[in-house]
Amino acid sequence: MTDTVIPTATTARPRRLSFEWLGVAPFILFAVMFLILPTLYLVGAAFVGRDGQLTLDNIAGLFTEQILAAYWISIRISGASAILGALAGLAIALAIIRGRLPDGLRSAVMTFSGVASNFAGVPLAFAFISTLGRLGLVTIILKTVFDIDIYRAGFNILSFWGLTLTYLYFQIPLMILMIAPAIDGLKREWSEASQTLGATPLQFWLYVGFPILWPSFLGTLSLLFANAFGAIATAYALTGSSLNIVPILLYAQIRGDALQNPGLGAALALGMIIITAAANILYLVISARAERWMR
Amino acid sequence: MKADKFWSWLVFGLGAAYFLVPLIATFEFSLKMRRGYYSFDAYASVFADPDFQATFLYSSLVGLLAIVVGVLVVVPAVYFVRLRLPHLRPLMEFITLLPLIIPAIVLVYGYIRLYNSSSVIPFTGSALGTDILLTCAYVTLALPYMYRAVDTGMRAIDIKTLTEAAQIMGADTPRIIATVILPNILVAVLSGAFLTFAIVIGEFTITSLLNRPGFGPYLQIVGANRAYEPSALAILSFIITWGAMGMIQLLARFAPRTSARTD
Repeated sequence: MTDTVIPTATTARPRRLSFEWLGVAPFILFAVMFLILPTLYLVGAAFVGRDGQLTLDNIAGLFTEQILAAYWISIRISGASAILGALAGLAIALAIIRGRLPDGLRSAVMTFSGVASNFAGVPLAFAFISTLGRLGLVTIILKTVFDIDIYRAGFNILSFWGLTLTYLYFQIPLMILMIAPAIDGLKREWSEASQTLGATPLQFWLYVGFPILWPSFLGTLSLLFANAFGAIATAYALTGSSLNIVPILLYAQIRGDALQNPGLGAALALGMIIITAAANILYLVISARAERWMR
Repeated sequence: MKADKFWSWLVFGLGAAYFLVPLIATFEFSLKMRRGYYSFDAYASVFADPDFQATFLYSSLVGLLAIVVGVLVVVPAVYFVRLRLPHLRPLMEFITLLPLIIPAIVLVYGYIRLYNSSSVIPFTGSALGTDILLTCAYVTLALPYMYRAVDTGMRAIDIKTLTEAAQIMGADTPRIIATVILPNILVAVLSGAFLTFAIVIGEFTITSLLNRPGFGPYLQIVGANRAYEPSALAILSFIITWGAMGMIQLLARFAPRTSARTD
């Protein structure tokens, strides 16, 4: 360190090498400490019983009525909001990109999508309570102007459909942002070529457009699913702990050991990781396939 | 062709209605605090609440810290991986994808079990330790976005030539990163910073489970106890998110377009 000799090639070499590793080391250390170790710890804890012995009891403990019901509702809400969000997002993206709408509209929608896809959590719940809650603007207008009482008809913002409708507020924009590059990848020449060959627009979409968009669509769908599956803040702010979905169950477990078994809590977390990981792996596999068409 | 356009407008109109009606409804609701006519009383009440000021300040501070830590962790790593360790690239991509796969609630559960007061690194044993843990948790949440922003920024400049030029002039590596690379990717880093801020300012799950007095838990408490203030807070949150995204759009105009220094 103290030598003032100009470093020659041989002395500079090991020093540069150590710099390389010094530069990457904080990143690796960070990932190990705050991503990998905590996750592995939970995965391990899912297989350890109260007495410290290895056991499968925690995993078996997941198969009770309450926990299975929680997983089932979570999967249904995530699935419904992902499918509806993907379809609506695709329709809007097609409309603004291929629908011959004014040019400025596209960038406006994309900017708004960037904002709305990040506008999740507690404030989103507030917005939907002000809209479709018992005293929400839409609820009141429907009741006073159109004489339709949606709450008497069975709707509730704190229910399956209420939560799904709320989740769509960040799912649709996410779909628009993710699918837009794929729609841009549909070359004008392809629709012109099919037109020249005498295809109707319907035939073009049926045989050319949708088959090409299909992998991107499915890929984004699985991403949307994972996105909704892990979300808790919106649901918690909307429903408190009244809706029995997995993240809220886990939240109650962390807060006050609601299941009265830390091992079972870890197993619950493991179940969540497996489901979101499966959805994301599906996304990676499908999007790798989809990229062939994006060149 | 006419029909085409009709359907596009219809889809766009329905979408616009779905996205704008909740905003209008929330805004309208937030103005109704005073009986009989519209007023900004709910906003005044929010701004006057010392808890609002304290929690917002706390979350902003932790958010800023998270941005600084995130930049310090991500920028050197991306630089060296791009310049000299390209074989680590798939690993980086995988790691930065993990926060999207592992839900935040699972991460924080792992932190609480792993770093409790009786563990080797007792982060949650003291308030300061928990603040540090929260900062790192926010960095983790924003990691995918910060990484992608910085990586895109470095792709646009020719870091190899810049590094060689700086080396010839006698700069050492820390200096190259701080005074040559960082200014050149400043726009990308700032985009990552604003995105980080938008994500963490109202973060609820981790903040509340670590028992820190953040803005997210405050929002939830107000939502459970007040009538009009939550709507005002929702509008304010929307404006903050919009501000952060707007800054990114604005910054994108100043980003270097290509690595034109090839000759």
